[in-house]
Amino acid sequence: MDFRFSEQEEAFRREVEDFINEELPAGWTEGNIHWPGGYGTLEEFEVIGPRMAQFRRRLAEKGWLTISWPKEYGGAGRSNIEQAIFHERMSYYRAPGGDVATLIGGPTILHFGSDEMKKEWLPRIAKGDVTFWLAYSEPNAGSDLASLQTSAVEEGDELVINGQKIWGTVAHVSDYAWMVVRTDPTAAPHKGISLIIVDNKSDGITIRPLMNICGFHSFNEVFFDNVRVPKKNIVGEKNQGWYYLMVALDFERLVIPMGGFRRTFEEIVQYARETKHNGQALSRDPLIRNKLAEMAIEIEVAYMFFWQTAWMLDRGLMPNIEASVLKLVTTELSQKLASVGTAVMGHYAQLERGSKWVPLRGRVPAGYLDCISALVGAGTSEIQRNIIAMRGLGLPRK
Amino acid sequence: MDLGLSEEQEMLRTSARDFLQKECPKQLVKQLDESDEGYSPELWRKMAELGWMGLVLPEEYGGSGGSFLDLVVLLEEMGYNILPGPFFSTVVLGGLSILAAGNEEQKKEFLPKVANGEIILTLALTEPSAKYDAASVKTKAVARNGEYVINGTKLFILDANVADYLLCVARTKEGVKPEDGITIFLVDAKSPGVKCTLLKTLARDKQCEIIFDNVNVPKDNVLGEVDRGWPVVESILQKAAVAKCAEMVGGAQASLEMAVSYAKERVQFNRPIGSFQAIQHYCANMVTDVDGSRFVTYRAAWKVSEGIPATMDVAVAKAWTSEAYGRVTLLGHQIFGAIGFTMDHDMHLYYRRAKAGEIMFGDGDFQRAVVAQELGL
Ligand SMILES: Cc1cc2nc3c(=O)[nH]c(=O)nc-3n(C[C@H](O)[C@H](O)[C@H](O)COP(=O)(O)OP(=O)(O)OC[C@H]3O[C@@H](n4cnc5c(N)ncnc54)[C@H](O)[C@@H]3O)c2cc1C
Repeated sequence: MDFRFSEQEEAFRREVEDFINEELPAGWTEGNIHWPGGYGTLEEFEVIGPRMAQFRRRLAEKGWLTISWPKEYGGAGRSNIEQAIFHERMSYYRAPGGDVATLIGGPTILHFGSDEMKKEWLPRIAKGDVTFWLAYSEPNAGSDLASLQTSAVEEGDELVINGQKIWGTVAHVSDYAWMVVRTDPTAAPHKGISLIIVDNKSDGITIRPLMNICGFHSFNEVFFDNVRVPKKNIVGEKNQGWYYLMVALDFERLVIPMGGFRRTFEEIVQYARETKHNGQALSRDPLIRNKLAEMAIEIEVAYMFFWQTAWMLDRGLMPNIEASVLKLVTTELSQKLASVGTAVMGHYAQLERGSKWVPLRGRVPAGYLDCISALVGAGTSEIQRNIIAMRGLGLPRK
Repeated sequence: MDLGLSEEQEMLRTSARDFLQKECPKQLVKQLDESDEGYSPELWRKMAELGWMGLVLPEEYGGSGGSFLDLVVLLEEMGYNILPGPFFSTVVLGGLSILAAGNEEQKKEFLPKVANGEIILTLALTEPSAKYDAASVKTKAVARNGEYVINGTKLFILDANVADYLLCVARTKEGVKPEDGITIFLVDAKSPGVKCTLLKTLARDKQCEIIFDNVNVPKDNVLGEVDRGWPVVESILQKAAVAKCAEMVGGAQASLEMAVSYAKERVQFNRPIGSFQAIQHYCANMVTDVDGSRFVTYRAAWKVSEGIPATMDVAVAKAWTSEAYGRVTLLGHQIFGAIGFTMDHDMHLYYRRAKAGEIMFGDGDFQRAVVAQELGL
């Protein structure tokens, strides 16, 4: 056992830190109000300005968009711990270091895609040339994703897709849908699903914006009307999609902006240090000290779950229950951090971006709203608990 | 003992619910939330016609002589329907204060106008320290040539953007104790030197910064006694805390109803989500929170209404209800899943107000300190 980073890991951490200090546009970290764990406050939803596009290009050049992938597919051939170190540092600076294609789609293709598919997609993903959005949920298939109805029917070399997806985050600014469809309506629900990549520019796709409660256009309703997709875009085998999806969902649940929690917490601590009431800093108030200390402890615990998943991947194990635990722990952390933040700031916690007197650019009230999405997106907390209890502990279903 | 409402109160409750459901649909709530004024003059007039603004004012001032408890029944309904606008500021913070501390002339001048919906009032108490103690009142009023001159900054002042008069709490003397030397002034909001800036808040309630820059106020506009205003402020705060609880109880009730009915309707895994024990437990927690809040709120309101000392009861009610409303709306959101995370949905309107209500007039920590003090600790 050794809880320290190895020399190599330590050196890599410094390299990442130096890179960020040099390349990240000035003011980015302070200006970005993304709330850790939330899915609704990414400013990149609206504009990826030229400065940020440049930053992403530099990441791609270094192979850092896909750190743990083999070099032959454009990765950096590094360990998963190193990848975790990278994401921890990037999220600490609120720098966007990965997306659906690099963190969810790509790794799933690496596991289950044909050689042909790997060659076609992975290098482009690693270069940051293509972006994906997740086309899973439907109006009547949320937690119960296996009940999805969007159909894909074979016609020659193509599949013809009809149906509706919802909650597609970044669908409006992405190139391809990473999508689950029903390819066998006669089979049992889990056995008739395929995973497929669909070009957003295909005829028959209509994307309608949905505003989230933080005031961002982050997600969308997407309609598919006789959309034709080449059969070769099916990931792995037809009708096996559900099994690939389970792994893809685990990858998704590992995408935790761990450093973002620490960063936002530090900013709240700083606020408590600098804000005085009748000559005394808030940080001297025993009630506030207690809340901040509790928060610090929970962050330490969450970090361990975070490192554990990377460590498992390096040992050739796929985190499954562990992915659910990490997701559950960090989303509760997201909510708790908002609660502590508002308690520390009191009246000031109500002031939103652009308001006179606003502290921390309004990130705390934005977080109060966005933490709701943390508890729901990528599988609700209840579903994570069900997984941990039933799949993990073997508790009976009935 | 009788824990029920009177027949008249029941009637008030039902008619208020019907009226607000019809006249203040959620579409209007959202529109007003996004507007700078934050209220609908037309709806305001109709409420005045129903006698709501004068509900707790004596008949001699144009009111209908109802009790504080009656007002609490009405406020619960306003919270249930999340009615935007300056009713709370005008009636609870303004009207009741003038009734309690004003002289006969002031009552005659202001209260009938409150009752018929002609003027909007608010209390300008909190400052950048954002605390509710006397030491935090730094705004100064100095007597000069038969007038007072006020200087200072007030912050988080509800509805000041549309108020005609501000009840400004200022320091007129540096006393031995911070509670000494505080005076309340009725300030015409249009006086030269008053500058009001609307803040953008989580709950879209209209909170403002007000800067008083050499604002002249006639001596006659002192509300109550010079230098002895703090006990009046304390009693306003007490009523305001209970009144805020009443709104929160209403909001929590509505959140509970919305979530329970969705839990019965929404099907996943071939069954209503309300059939999952996790969701059932959430609903059970919610109803316990809502009912508990209502009991402690009404007990505090009843005591205030009867003139019985209620410091402990008010603190218990505000501490509990503030946090209960937060828990209820959080669970509500959890039950709604992604659909509740959309701007079009109503759940977030309640969730936002839960945070605003919690903070206003003292949050849980503040009120628990009062409880501890009342316990003699
Ligand atoms: C901000 C945001 C972004 C999202 N982005 C995407 C995206 O990019 N792509 C995509 O496909 N989807 C996305 N989603 C959708 C997300 O995956 C779903 O919201 C989630 O799976 C829950 O589904 P639902 O909202 O339909 O809630 P429902 O499944 O209807 O659940 C409602 C409530 O019932 C509970 N419940 C359901 N089943 C059970 C059970 N068996 N036991 C106990 N409780 C249960 C839930 O936990 C929840 O509390 C996003 C959601 C959000 C909020």
